[in-house]
Amino acid sequence: MSTDEIAVVVIATIGIAGIAWFFFGKRTRAVRAGTVIDIVVDGGYSPDTITVLVGKQTTLRFFRKDPSDCLEEVVIADLKIRRTLALGEVTEITLTPPRAGTYRFSCGMGMYHGAIIAS
Amino acid sequence: MSQTTKTFPIKGMHCASCVTLIEGALRDVHGVSTANVNLANERATVTYDPAQVTDEQLRSAVASVGYQALMSDELAHEDAERARKRRELVALRFRALFSLALGAVIVWGSFPGISAIAPALLRNAWFQFAVAIPVQFWAGWQFYRATWSSLRHRSANMDTLVTIGTSVAFIYSAFMTIAPHLVQRLGIMPEPYFDVSTVIIGLILLGRYFEARAKAGTSEAIRKLLGLQAKTARVIRDGQEIDVPLAEVAVDDVLRVRPGEKVPVDGVILEGASAIDESMVTGESIPADKGPGDAVIGATVNRNGSFTFRATKIGSETMLAQIVRLVQEAQGSKAPIQRLADTVSSYFVPVVLMLAIATFALWYVVGPEPSLPFATLSMVAVLIIACPCAMGLATPTAIMVGTGLGAEHGILIKDAEALEIAHTVNTVAFDKTGTLTEGKPRVTRVVAREGRGEADILAIEYALERSSSHPVAAAIVAEARERGLATPPEPESFVAVPGHGVQGVVREMSVRAGTERFLRAGGIDTAVMRAEIDQLMDEGNTVTLIASDGELVGVIGVADTERATARQAVAQLVRRGIEVVMITGDHERVARSVATRLGITRFVAQVLPEQKSAQVEALQAEGKRVAMVGDGINDAPALAAADIGIAMASGTDVAIEAADITLVSKNLGAIAVALDLSRRTLRTIRMNLVWAFGYNIVLIPVAMGALYPVWGVLLNPMLASAAMAFSSISVVLNSLLLKRWHVRV
Repeated sequence: MSTDEIAVVVIATIGIAGIAWFFFGKRTRAVRAGTVIDIVVDGGYSPDTITVLVGKQTTLRFFRKDPSDCLEEVVIADLKIRRTLALGEVTEITLTPPRAGTYRFSCGMGMYHGAIIAS
Repeated sequence: MSQTTKTFPIKGMHCASCVTLIEGALRDVHGVSTANVNLANERATVTYDPAQVTDEQLRSAVASVGYQALMSDELAHEDAERARKRRELVALRFRALFSLALGAVIVWGSFPGISAIAPALLRNAWFQFAVAIPVQFWAGWQFYRATWSSLRHRSANMDTLVTIGTSVAFIYSAFMTIAPHLVQRLGIMPEPYFDVSTVIIGLILLGRYFEARAKAGTSEAIRKLLGLQAKTARVIRDGQEIDVPLAEVAVDDVLRVRPGEKVPVDGVILEGASAIDESMVTGESIPADKGPGDAVIGATVNRNGSFTFRATKIGSETMLAQIVRLVQEAQGSKAPIQRLADTVSSYFVPVVLMLAIATFALWYVVGPEPSLPFATLSMVAVLIIACPCAMGLATPTAIMVGTGLGAEHGILIKDAEALEIAHTVNTVAFDKTGTLTEGKPRVTRVVAREGRGEADILAIEYALERSSSHPVAAAIVAEARERGLATPPEPESFVAVPGHGVQGVVREMSVRAGTERFLRAGGIDTAVMRAEIDQLMDEGNTVTLIASDGELVGVIGVADTERATARQAVAQLVRRGIEVVMITGDHERVARSVATRLGITRFVAQVLPEQKSAQVEALQAEGKRVAMVGDGINDAPALAAADIGIAMASGTDVAIEAADITLVSKNLGAIAVALDLSRRTLRTIRMNLVWAFGYNIVLIPVAMGALYPVWGVLLNPMLASAAMAFSSISVVLNSLLLKRWHVRV
């Protein structure tokens, strides 16, 4: 194996490991929501993990900045909510988690994810 | 200080305390002088100083106490959103065609074979470089933007793959153009691949354009339903008929509907009669004849008569609003079958990025010479061929079309899970009364003993039962009134024995009426009319025996009429190989008679209401997948116990908690249609998933070069982009094919 080939293999291995670390090694920090919480939709959801109180009404204010089709809809399947997010605008979703647990949400195509933790 | 008054709808109110809360929140906004909230029509009227107060502040104030204010601009919001979407589509199409046109120019100048006949300018690498720049950074800017946003959140999507794939091709080609001598010294022919980067961007944009257009079709059911609503209503106030916007109609308002007009809200007819076309809401194709006392549904069309009605439900309580809400909820739910696609989607893009790097390294080390362009093009092909979108779209698009299609035909599916399970049903259990039958018993025959007249028998029963609320008694009283019998005096004495009968004194006669067992217990000989009793029971009647002064004088047969569609509905299910079971509280002979007439071979009789769910569980214990059909009120536990609970909506209430599927019309034929709809939707989802997964599983290895060692076949990245674009579109189009199914309820 020539030097450049060894270099390519080494760089590729580092690249693959780097991708695995970058995408799968991220940690999310939950943000506690009051009665209202703003969520910025831009390449994902920020914040993407929200803690709320069981039985208490919370309004999620999704502000969509990202024009990507993927993020056009938000789906909170456990609460049977699918809503179109207008670009450049705030879309409010009011919910009251009936039970303790994690209610996952995602974009319409299931590429971006977030979670509402009710406790 | 100028003042302005604004009225706007509020969503989410349900009690008087909501009114106080919202009014308080609005008055707290600096600049608001008065705020009044009307619970009946769910609207707030606010007087404020426009210099100090914005719509946003009013909206926030309402939201801060947990409700939603729909400002006037929001009512037009949906239209504006659609217009914006249309503009976006036009821009997208322009960028796609622009990229493809420039891509075609570069392909002509660079593709082996046709480049020989191209003008010299087109073959010039610097010219191709100049042409590729606007495609890469103007038309393709959206990919860069989305990629940057995603990477900041340490996530990736389809755009990340397109950005990296086309950028690799573009940068490689730019390097070949700018420093050809350096490249040649490395032993590589300086061939740019600007055609690859431009054509990929063009094809993917074109794919997105078609995909967006097709996707709009999957969610049009809700829009169609909302479009059914009348815009105005003709309210009668102080004897005057005035046209008002729909939002101003209040409960108990009296409204007039003329021929050809839409019924604006739900209500009950006061005067007049007409045939009303309810097909748009119930799926029932034959117009319903309605008169005073009958319920009318908002958004249905009055055919020929004029009538007045009293509004009973408005705003979010109307049947149409309930239907829209149910469909929205169903479309927001996820089918269990989607879980695998969701899991794969969340790992997909990073894994493809890793595979692309591995492909590059593999080709660079073990591939044929020149290894650098081979490795680069294979890596680009892997990045471009991968299509996570098709996996993400496979299930939700089919669910949206399926639930929307159901709603258009009066079949409301609670959630995606119900739609998924329904196709596995192999047994349908019917509750008899009110489901297979109308639930309104009628007298079928009165048989008097020799020497007595039919009217005589009816008159005795009429006197005895006139204040009873029992359905059989009510049927006998109704028959007596229909035959014009005079209203009898109150009985001198009256005792009811629940489940058995009644006894008392009428016109100084001692009368006992009820079941055969009840009369026998009173020492009355029932054998004298044995033949008549048996015959009535064999015909499916509930038989009431009447004795006067210790002697049997006559019998009355009461039966519930079967629904016109019951027999056909049973036949439809049997034809599909589904076992039909009837569960009833009636006597076995009555049950047998009804079952025979409807073509039902299996029935369970004398089941108490609370035992129905046990009967459903017994069927499940036999290994059956059971759908229970009932009214959703008396048999809610049985509906909940079944694998699928199907409820027949009563009146204008369609939000039946215990039901997985609610049938808006009384047409039982909708049951087979609902099961067919589930089967077809599931078939579409499976086809979509097989296609989306199969596509990636087969073509990613091909792009990596799996076929090269044997057949020397490599995937051109331009073909990869065409395949990728087609992959997402085909999934959406396949879901839309569901709409071509001609549903006949």
